[in-house]
Order: sequence, then C-alpha cells, then structure tokens
Amino acid sequence: MDTSWAHASEIAAAVSDGRTSATAVVGGALARIAKHDRALNAFTAVTEERALAKAAAIDAERARGRRLGVLAGVPFAVKNLFDVAGLPTLAGSKINRDRAPVARDATVIARLEAHGAVLVGALNMGEYAYDFTGENVHDGASRNPHDVSRMTGGSSGGSGGAVAGGLVPIALGSDTNGSIRVPASLCGIFGLKPTYGRLSRAHTFPFVASLDHVGPLARSTRDLALAYDAMQGHDDDDPVCAQRPVEAAAPLLARGSEGLRIAIAGGYFRAGASAQAQTALARVAAALGVTNEIELPEAKRARAAAYVITASEGGALHLGRLRTRGRDFDPAVRDRLIAGAMIPAAHVAKAQKFRRWYREQVLALFGHVDAVLAPATPCTAPAIGQRTFVLDGVELPVRANLGIYTQPISFIGLPVVAVPVPLQPLPIGVQIIAAPWCEDVALRIAHALEQAGIVAAARPSLEGGK
Amino acid sequence: MFPKRGRKTAKRDPLDSFVDAAAHALDLKIEPTWKGAIKTNLEVTLALAALCADFPLPDDAEPAPVFSA
Repeated sequence: MDTSWAHASEIAAAVSDGRTSATAVVGGALARIAKHDRALNAFTAVTEERALAKAAAIDAERARGRRLGVLAGVPFAVKNLFDVAGLPTLAGSKINRDRAPVARDATVIARLEAHGAVLVGALNMGEYAYDFTGENVHDGASRNPHDVSRMTGGSSGGSGGAVAGGLVPIALGSDTNGSIRVPASLCGIFGLKPTYGRLSRAHTFPFVASLDHVGPLARSTRDLALAYDAMQGHDDDDPVCAQRPVEAAAPLLARGSEGLRIAIAGGYFRAGASAQAQTALARVAAALGVTNEIELPEAKRARAAAYVITASEGGALHLGRLRTRGRDFDPAVRDRLIAGAMIPAAHVAKAQKFRRWYREQVLALFGHVDAVLAPATPCTAPAIGQRTFVLDGVELPVRANLGIYTQPISFIGLPVVAVPVPLQPLPIGVQIIAAPWCEDVALRIAHALEQAGIVAAARPSLEGGK
Repeated sequence: MFPKRGRKTAKRDPLDSFVDAAAHALDLKIEPTWKGAIKTNLEVTLALAALCADFPLPDDAEPAPVFSA
C-alpha cells in the first residue's frame, strides 16, 4: 500500500485491518524524510530508533489480537518547542541547544501516541516562535513544498512544510498570533487552532502565556479532528487547560454546514487582502451560500493590542537571556524582544483591558452567527528573504504583518480552522472562526467544503518524485 | 565637555534617550549596531499601543487575564 500521500485515517484503518504494517508506514515516512528534507528543511531531528520501536510495538499488539488506536501507525512530527524525551527543546533557538535533553514528552505527544500515532521527529520553526515567515538563522529557512524558493510561513514553518510535502500526514504546531494558521495558508494544508485553554501546553516552550495555543496541521479535516480529539482533556500540568470533558469532533463532521449561520468578516478583514486572498474567500463563501458581512468591532485595535501584549510578555520571558546572550539570538527576534521589554506597563495594562471589552463585543456577534469567514493571510507565500510587501498601498515588514488577519482572532482565544484553497500557482487559506469551545462547528464547515471539492491540500511535485 | 555658547547642537530624539534609559533600568547591554532596529521596533509598538491607549474604557473595566486561586 502506498501511504506517501495517504490521510492519517486511511493509514490507521489499513494498519488496523492488516493491509499494511505500522513498521512499513513509519519506514516509508523515514525514507521520504531522508529523500526530501534536504530540499524542505522541515526537520531538525529525526527520532528513527524510537519511531521504529514504537511501530514494532503496534504491530506486535495487532499480532496479539489487540484492538489498535484510531491513529495506529500514523507518523507525526512536532514543532521543536514541544518536549521530546531525549532531545533538548530548541524552540528554534541557538541558546536552547545548551539545555539538557528532556526526560519526558509533552502531554499532547503522549496523548497522540496513546492512540497509536508514532513520533518521527522534531521540526524547524522561527526562533522562540516570534515569527510569521518560517525563516531561522540557525537552522536555515523551512521551505514551501509548492515552491522551495518561497516561505512556509511561521512560526510553525517545519510543521507546514512536513505535512504539505508529504513527509508526515500530521504535525503539531503552536499558535500565539497565527503560527498554525499562517503556515497552513501558505503551504496549502488544514490547520486547527483550538479555543484558548482547550489543549494542554504542558511541557512545551512558551512564548506569550496569555496567548499561546497548540494544535494540529494535516491534509484533511478528518485527520485534524482525529488528532484534536486524541489530544483533548484536562491536564493538571497546564494551569490554563480547561476542566472540560472530551468533546469529540470527528463523529460530528458528517453533519456538514446545514443549518449553520455563517457570515463574512468585513471592514478590517477586507482591507489589504490581495486578489488571491479575496478570490479564495469568495470561493468559500459562494460554496456555502454566504453573502452577509458582519464587522468585528475595533479589529484593528485588537490586532494592535495583541501586538503590544506579545511584545511585552515575550520581552519579559526572555529578559535574562537578552542580558547574557544577546548575540546568540536571531537579530530580527532579539531587537523585537528588547523593544518589547521596554514598553511602558501602562500600555500593556490598557491592552489587557481592551482585550476584555473586545471579547465581549465579538462574543455578542455569536448570538447571531455560528461562524465567521476571513482570509488567513493577506497574500500567498512571499519569497524567502523578502523583507517587505505592500498591503493596501502601504509597504510593511513581512515578518510582523503576515498575521494581520489571524491576530485579532487568537487575541480572544476563538477556535479557528484554516482551510486551503488550491489556487495556482500557490495555495492560500481561509479562516473559519467559531465561538469558544465550538471547534466542531468550524470543523464541520471545513469538512463540507472539502467534500464539495472547494478546499483541498494539493500535492506538490517534489523533485525526485514520491 | 559642554558645547560652546552660541553654537547650535543637533537635538537628540527623545526615543534614543528612552532606549538608553530603559536599557539601563533593565540592566540590558545594547550594542551600538542593535540600537537602530530596537528603536524602530519600539516606535512601531508604541504607535500600536497608542491606538489602544486612545480607546475610551471605564475605570472599572476588567483586564483580560484572570488569576484563579
């Protein structure tokens, strides 16, 4: 069985009924990584020995007649800010290479493996997650499988490249201001940023505690839902992780978008969008029969407040390292963090007050709609090394502005599925935004669009074939 | 050394002084080549902060992060 572009759900079914083995699937993933990662630069570590041992254990379970998990034999990889037993947790930095290897995995890795998934490695990312480009001065830029001269988007750049390039069907990323949704958009895959507090962040390297989320990237909505469901549940090790039961989304996908009230985000989310971003949004809206627009009030201020809180909390987190090891940072990250540490506290306090106000206004909108559509990125993947782009007639830095449409959403912790519209020559994503704790709504809409053929992860033609 | 009386001196941007003072207060050693980018980033962030600072909110507006004991 060729599993090189198979969905996780197909792999798990094939392993469970014996059409293939976990060892064969994982061996295939390791071979693809060996063949293509030189071009994609998605991986910073490959955990081959561990992966093959885990795969053999799954095959042995099956041989004993045991029922396998819903992710049996599915290879996955994680942004290198997740703790992986036996590796130092790099978080994209040079400085963290001096840390000792950690003794245990992040909670969400353990939960995926408990359902049969097999970790095959750690992935490239923007330094300390303060990045929307996927570039990294220490490890090199992660490269977009649809055009390796272009950005993956970040900061979960390796996660986007590994999934879009067919190296693994599922990867984990983190999203503080858009770091799952931006690479999902630029690489043309699906990404889920759950509600703030839904998934445990325990044993991951933080960035902005009050904004950090973790979530999956995949090539289908079913795979997103399976991974998301497997990772749900309270975790005492993350004080922010909600005391909620598992609310499985995968069984609800087939309900589709019937009866759901959906609107397009207007105003701020229209300004600056490229022709490609507008085309993608229009296709999704037309397929859903959505014509009405709503305004998320003060979204521009929301983005500004998220920017201020991010800079300040990020600067505070790294202050000690900035004092002693300033030269070891990526200069583009260091200078933003230092500036962030200098922001007067009065501005941060006001931004947090504004955050509460904005949350109340946006939650009120969900009394009238179940989901909101918005672009995921203002444009398709910029060239690696490109420093600026023009949005709405204004030249702006790429690094800080690829997330202009994602920041006002994660700012108040709303769940979002980024869906890929396979435009030529490059894909671009659309955000499906739902009310808190309603990930299933966003996933159902994404699944309906996928079933209708409007959104899909297009297979890139990597040099050297599959 | 003080400037000679009558000679005009270039006026220093207050933000340069702020960066120096903040670095001192935070015990951060900033290399001269870093300063331009730090100042630029600070300018951008302060401009965005001003957008929020201008927004009228009541005194009793609660900030977003809540600590639960």
